[in-house]
Order: sequence, then structure tokens, then C-alpha cells
Amino acid sequence: MRTIAFREALREAMSEEMRRDERVFLMGEEVAEYNGAYKVSQGMLAEFGPKRVIDTPIAELGFTAVGVGAAQNGLRPIVEFMTWNFAVLALDQILNTASKMLAMSGGQISCPIVFRGGNGSAGQLGAQHSTAFESLYANIPGIKVVSPSNPYDAKGLLKQAIRYEEDPVMFMESEVLYGEKGEVPEDEYYIPLGKADVKKQGRDVTIVSFNKMMKVALSAAAELEKEGVSAEVIDLRTIKPLDWHTILESVKKTNRLVIVEEQWPFASISSEITYRIQKEGFDYLDAPIRRITSADAPMHYAPNLAALAIPDVARTVKLVKDVMYTKK
Amino acid sequence: MPTKFSKETYLYWYELMQLIRQFELKAEEMYKMAGKIRGFFHAYVGQEAIAAGCMTATQHEDPFITGYRDHGWALAKGTPPNACMAELYGKATGCAKGKGGSMHFFDVSNHFYGGHGIVGAQIGTGTGLAFAEQYKGTNNVVLCFFGDGAARQGILHESFNLAMLWKLPIVYICENNNYAMGTSVERTSNVIDIYKLADAYEMPADMIDGMTAEAVHDGVARAVKRAREGGGPTLIEMKTYRYKGHSISDPQKYRSKEEVEEYKSQDPIQKVLHTILENNFATQADLDAIDAKIAGIVEESVKFAEESPWPDDSEVLKDVYVDQTIVFDED
Repeated sequence: MRTIAFREALREAMSEEMRRDERVFLMGEEVAEYNGAYKVSQGMLAEFGPKRVIDTPIAELGFTAVGVGAAQNGLRPIVEFMTWNFAVLALDQILNTASKMLAMSGGQISCPIVFRGGNGSAGQLGAQHSTAFESLYANIPGIKVVSPSNPYDAKGLLKQAIRYEEDPVMFMESEVLYGEKGEVPEDEYYIPLGKADVKKQGRDVTIVSFNKMMKVALSAAAELEKEGVSAEVIDLRTIKPLDWHTILESVKKTNRLVIVEEQWPFASISSEITYRIQKEGFDYLDAPIRRITSADAPMHYAPNLAALAIPDVARTVKLVKDVMYTKK
Repeated sequence: MPTKFSKETYLYWYELMQLIRQFELKAEEMYKMAGKIRGFFHAYVGQEAIAAGCMTATQHEDPFITGYRDHGWALAKGTPPNACMAELYGKATGCAKGKGGSMHFFDVSNHFYGGHGIVGAQIGTGTGLAFAEQYKGTNNVVLCFFGDGAARQGILHESFNLAMLWKLPIVYICENNNYAMGTSVERTSNVIDIYKLADAYEMPADMIDGMTAEAVHDGVARAVKRAREGGGPTLIEMKTYRYKGHSISDPQKYRSKEEVEEYKSQDPIQKVLHTILENNFATQADLDAIDAKIAGIVEESVKFAEESPWPDDSEVLKDVYVDQTIVFDED
């Protein structure tokens, strides 16, 4: 099978759906003439022209509002945020308008729109460019949150979001994954939202993660394998709706659960998973559910502090050994 | 002296303005006296000429979007009074199935896009409605309403910039009733002529007497014509006044009774009434008959709302997602 980069997979997803449906357009900062701040939309202006690949001024609230209004009036916009950190300026339109319009209008007005862009930390970018927002958006009724870890999932999920989802979708990417390569078939495919994927089968412990932390989870599982511990690794892919059934089925087998995520700890994705699994799978658990999250602090700049603030393989391996009650 | 507008136009204006006013007065009564309506409630009383003039200057397909002072706009666009009163009651037969309430009327079949509670947010969303009209190549023009308070929000500037950049078919109408809740326009900015905010974007702008239906019609018709011909947006500041408080719970200590009475002497309905009688467009008996008809419609809307059912309990998790496969974790 051919191998392409994450950014190319996203570009293919958008371009294929734009060829299919005139109502789909891409809007954001530097998406057109600059060919994308991270080159995700490279070549799309040349193919689709300025009517459908639209550069905006630096006005997140304004162009988000335009996207939301356009979605309410018959179009299917894709709005790119250069980073989800900037989308905070537009949160009013996402939370107060896009997510609530269907309910407030008694079902009259839907908002089929995809917001996408880089999310979470990406090296030493400092406090204001490093936040992971999945848990914040997943808290909002009415919207869906997707956070893929590899090119194959990214393409299938993004195509699904653009073509079939009638509700607002927050599509969380990662600046450090855009260059990652992976196998993506030439033939068209879609991946339904709300389905987690078991990326590695295992017997002894379940590790749940998503987005770039999947690398940490899979690397930790590989380390553990060497020591005779068989970890099952689940990639959530969609954060909301959350596929806790897949986690529960795994926990029924392994009886242990560790969650690795880049969110801040309070009211995070791991908090939600932990609640659900203790309720639905209490009798299957042989150890407390444990997690490793970002430090409960703004991201600092210094390289040692930046590294300490996000999950890593060594601490994940240690946490798994803790829930295995392995002797040191 | 011949009038600029037809007899039919004046009678339409009279009937629409009376419908809005009598509906609002009855709804307020049902709120205060009967306790049948709850939540925030912002009456349109005093500002009816803007609705009247905008209606005759636009087509039915032109989308309208406004803030939370929205009852009059839904009625103007053609939402049945029964559905409006039922929405205030929170009944299943309301124009948003009882899920919106006073601030969130919606009626897409009549091209009314609400009903928005975050001050100024509809300026941006309305700009998006206009973007879609341009993208689809329709001939429609969006009318986007907001108050003098909303004019101080940042979204206004981002929206104006984008609308001028892309020459979107939209008319921004600031209904300047002089008070953002209890704060007068003079206390909110160095720039008290709100229409001048358009200057920074080289957007055409106008200031109109919002207490006179003729003036509203003329100003809006000019702006709508420009937008329909591809000339882009216009900002119109309508000088108007609300006779009632900001909301139903407003003690109005920030203005004098004399000020309110002064504005009431320029009442937009009385002006139209005067023109109708002076030009023999109708007799007083004819107008009395219209008033009686409206009183009947308003009474009927109360009866309809009273007799309508509450939304079914199962509605609490409906209209959250279009996706019907969503399974809610209820505990």
C-alpha cells in the first residue's frame, strides 16, 4: 500500500469531498495563497479557486461566525484554525451559537460545519500555543470531537465529518504529526465517528490514548512486551461520542486500565472514562484506574520543563507496572 | 398632498404595528399578572416602525436575524401569533417547540433566523448567512439587527471588515433605542453616532428616524438595492426608543418619565394613523375594525398557548444532535 503524510491525508479528504459537493469550502488564515501555515491545504487554491479556498484576515471570531452562519444557511464549511489555541477567541460562536442552535430553534436550524487545526503541544512553543482542548469541547452538548493519531484514521474520519455529519465537528490534529507517514489506500473509504480502534491486542492491561499520545502508548506497550507484559492499546479516535464500550470489553479481559492523554487533569477525558468504567465495569477491575495527563500548569518554555509537562514512555511504563503490582 | 406610499402600504403598516404592540402588551400582562410567562422578556413596544418599514423594503426570502428583542421580528416575518405566544409560554406548539423562549424565536420557513441571546453575536452569524447567499448566487439580502449596546462588541468590527472585504449582501441595522440596558449611548463610547463606525471600513452608512415607517422604508430600500446589485453592506443607525424597560424586570431609574413621554408623543403608530385618516385611506370605523380583529388574534393566541401541551419529557434530549444514533449517558 502507498504511504503518505498526515497532512496529505487531510488534504485528500478535503479535496475529495470538495470535488463531490459544491457546498463544501475551506476558510481560514493562510489556507489559500500561502498554501497553508502547515501546508495541509497545499495546491487547493490552484484546484478550487478563491471562491472555495478562502484566506481570511486574523479574525477568528469573525470568520468562525461567518462559517457558522453559512452552515445554518445551506453550506458545509471547513474552517481551519492555525491552532486550536486561537479558536478560544471564537468560542462564543462555537459554544453559544453552533452547538446550541439546533436545540434553541426546536430542531429547525442545524450547523453542519467542521472546525480543524493543530492542537496540543508541539515542542517549546510556550504556554499560549500548547493547550490540548479535547476535554473542553467534549464537555459541550451538541458537538462532536475527533482526535486522530495517524494518516489513515485522519483521512477516513475527516471525510466522514465533512460528508455525513450534520452536527458541528471539532477535528483536532497535531502540528508534530503533519509530517508523519502512514499507509493510506488509494481507494475511497470513510470511518464512522464514535468508534475506538484496538491498535494492539493484549492480555494483561489496557492502555487508552488518542492523537499524538498514541505514540507514547504504543512505545510503552512495546517496552512492556519485552518484559513480558502484554498491553492492549486502544486509540479513541473520536472523543465525543466516546466509545466506552470498546474500553469496557478490553477491561473485561485485562482487568486493568491506564489512560494516557495530553489534557490537563481536571475534568479531562480520563476523568470521564474513569467514571464510566468504574460504573459499568466495577467488578472487572483488579486495580484502580490510573492516568497520566499533562501537568496541571500552563506549559513552560524550558526544554526540561516542557518534556516533564506531557506524558512520556518511561512514566507510562511505570504506571502500568503500578497497576500490575509488579515488584520493582 | 399626495402621499409617497400607497393606501395599502399604510394600512399594512398600521395593522402590523398594532399586531406587534398589542401582542407585546398582552404578553406582558400574561407575564406580570398571570405568571404564565417566565425568563427574560424584552418588549419591542415603541420600535414598531422599524419592523414595518423593513418589511415593505424587503422580500419574503430575505433572511432576518436579530438579538433577544425578537418577538416583533418573528411576527413581522409572518410567524403566526399563536406560535409566538405558545413559545413564550414554553409550549410544544411554540415557534421553537417551547425550547427557545422569549429570546430565541425561530421560524426558518419564514426566513427568520432568530432570536440570539449573546449581545452582538448575531452580527457575525448574520454575516455568515449573507456569505451563504452570495456563495449560492441567490438574489437575497440579509437584514441583521442589533442594539446600541451590541455596537460596542468586537464582533461588529470583524464582521464589518469581512462584509466589506467580500461585499456581502447584508444590511446592518442598529436599533439605537439609546440605552444598553441601563447605560446610555453617551456612557459607552467616545463615538456616539453609531453609524460612523462604518467609516473605518469605508462602508456606506446612514442615520434614519426609526420612529417613522416612511423613513425606515426609504433608508432600508436604498441599502437593500445596493446589496442586491452587488454593492455590498450598509450600516443604518435607526434612532428609536423603547417605551418599556430593557426587560420586564427593569425599574428604569436611568431615565425620566418626561423623557419617555416625549418619545411617546412621536409614536410611530399614531403617525401612520394620522396619515391614514388625513388622506381618507380608511375611516375611524375601518381602523376600529382592524383593532378589533387584532384584539381577537391576540386573545386567540393566549387561548391557544393556554390549551397547548407542554413539550413531552422525552424532548429533553432531543434536538441536541441531528445524528439520531447518539446514545446519551444519562448517569
